[in-house]
Amino acid sequence: MRDVDGGFDALYREHAPAARATLIRLLGDFELAEDALHEAWIVAMQSWVDDGGALQLPANPRAWLISTARFKGIDRLRRRVRYREKLALVAAGEPSASEATPEQALVDATVFEDDRLRLIFTCCHPALSREAQVALTLREVCGLSTEEIARAFLLRAPTLAQRIVRAKRKIQSAKIPYAIPEAADIPMRLEAVLSVIYLVFNEGYAASSGDALIRRELCLEAIGLGRLVVDLLDEPDGEALGLVALMLLSESRRVARTDARGDLVLLEDQDRALWDRELMEEGRAYVARAFATGEVGSYALQAAIAAVHARAETFEATDWAEIVALYDLLYEASDSPVVALNRAVALAMRDGPAAGLELVEALLRDDALKNYHLAHAARADLYRRLGRREDARVAYRRALELTELEPERRFLSRRLQELDG
Amino acid sequence: MKYVCLVYGEEEAIRGVDDKVCAAYGQELQERGVYLGGQPLMSVETATTVRVRRGEVTVTDGPFAETKEQLAGFYLIEARDLNEAIRIASGIPPAQVGSIEIRPARELDVEG
Repeated sequence: MRDVDGGFDALYREHAPAARATLIRLLGDFELAEDALHEAWIVAMQSWVDDGGALQLPANPRAWLISTARFKGIDRLRRRVRYREKLALVAAGEPSASEATPEQALVDATVFEDDRLRLIFTCCHPALSREAQVALTLREVCGLSTEEIARAFLLRAPTLAQRIVRAKRKIQSAKIPYAIPEAADIPMRLEAVLSVIYLVFNEGYAASSGDALIRRELCLEAIGLGRLVVDLLDEPDGEALGLVALMLLSESRRVARTDARGDLVLLEDQDRALWDRELMEEGRAYVARAFATGEVGSYALQAAIAAVHARAETFEATDWAEIVALYDLLYEASDSPVVALNRAVALAMRDGPAAGLELVEALLRDDALKNYHLAHAARADLYRRLGRREDARVAYRRALELTELEPERRFLSRRLQELDG
Repeated sequence: MKYVCLVYGEEEAIRGVDDKVCAAYGQELQERGVYLGGQPLMSVETATTVRVRRGEVTVTDGPFAETKEQLAGFYLIEARDLNEAIRIASGIPPAQVGSIEIRPARELDVEG
């Protein structure tokens, strides 16, 4: 029996997300779709087993699930008070004649794909707050439970549930369409989708507190979402590809970037034997695909930088000239002072600490970075490498004053001690 | 679905938008059949606010809230969904200098 249960879990993960996306379109209502899917799944668990208790699937489980849930949903609508209006809406949302009967249309894979893309763009609609976009995407597209999402973001479940309810209400009342944006709007809308995915990834990747397992899960969900978007888009998109590459390359270093105590390990100190070569290769392949589109933005460039690191056998063997060149492009694309800081650090590796220090000092005179702890930490490190211990000490202390993140504080304190020792 | 597009901005900036350009856009929306109504407003200096509390009418000078960005006008439009409303709103000339707030209109609930 256990095997059958496990089989059902896997089947649910395989079919429920796509079924949910199509049901939302067919029923025109997130809640109704969820309830109907739930009911249909209960029926599936009873009818997808033979007399001997072994799995016995219908020819097209997904189509079966959707069509059963659709009937359950319409049934529910009938029991509601103002069902006539709703039914009219559902009928209006019916697949057009060209798609033949709904059942036939359901077997067509492109319909599922379009529905998943509709769902992603709806959940990441710019008329919703970023927090709501993230919560809705994880709930509706990835199928995570409200409790799981709340735990991952260190929020109370009711707070998160309310966020989702409010977002769904806005979708309904402001009439945010369940649609793939028009071609002209795709770049802007895709940017929001990619930001949501990257935010989910970073939440999982950040070395801050929280349940390690759930954080890992978030990273994998984000990578899965990124791949899904890449696969669903008609035209290859350099930034979508770049984001997947960036996430894969970051994920490949997960184990090496913290030590047994959970402290951050700098790139130069990481044990490269711990890097996941398979993920890295995949990430590099995505970088190549991103650059092949001829249009690269900040995700693809960041990924390209990560790929140069991935290629190096040792920290010393890193191709710093290429990294600086990529940072030049990234700075052009993003105009971010933090990128300028990273560029200065890379340049210090290429041309020596004195050259880097000059740039960092100039950046520190800028308001944007004046109170940024990593800028002071970078300055401290360059002083240290130049043998100017007292200057280094002062800069590390300033960096310490500016951060409250515990792992970073431990790291900076350790550096200070090493200077004294 | 009906939406109201509320035009907000600093009055100085809004004044810089040519009325002819606004009129042309209104005309275009009418021809597309999505324009249901609208009106530019006079300066906020001319605003009067009325409140009735316990049957007593109080009248004060000025808008209901003093903010840097003021309501400068509105459009009532008919749009298929929010995406179309956003497209229409982004064509409103003062959007270049101010902000357009899109609000779905509702019908009064007189049945319950």
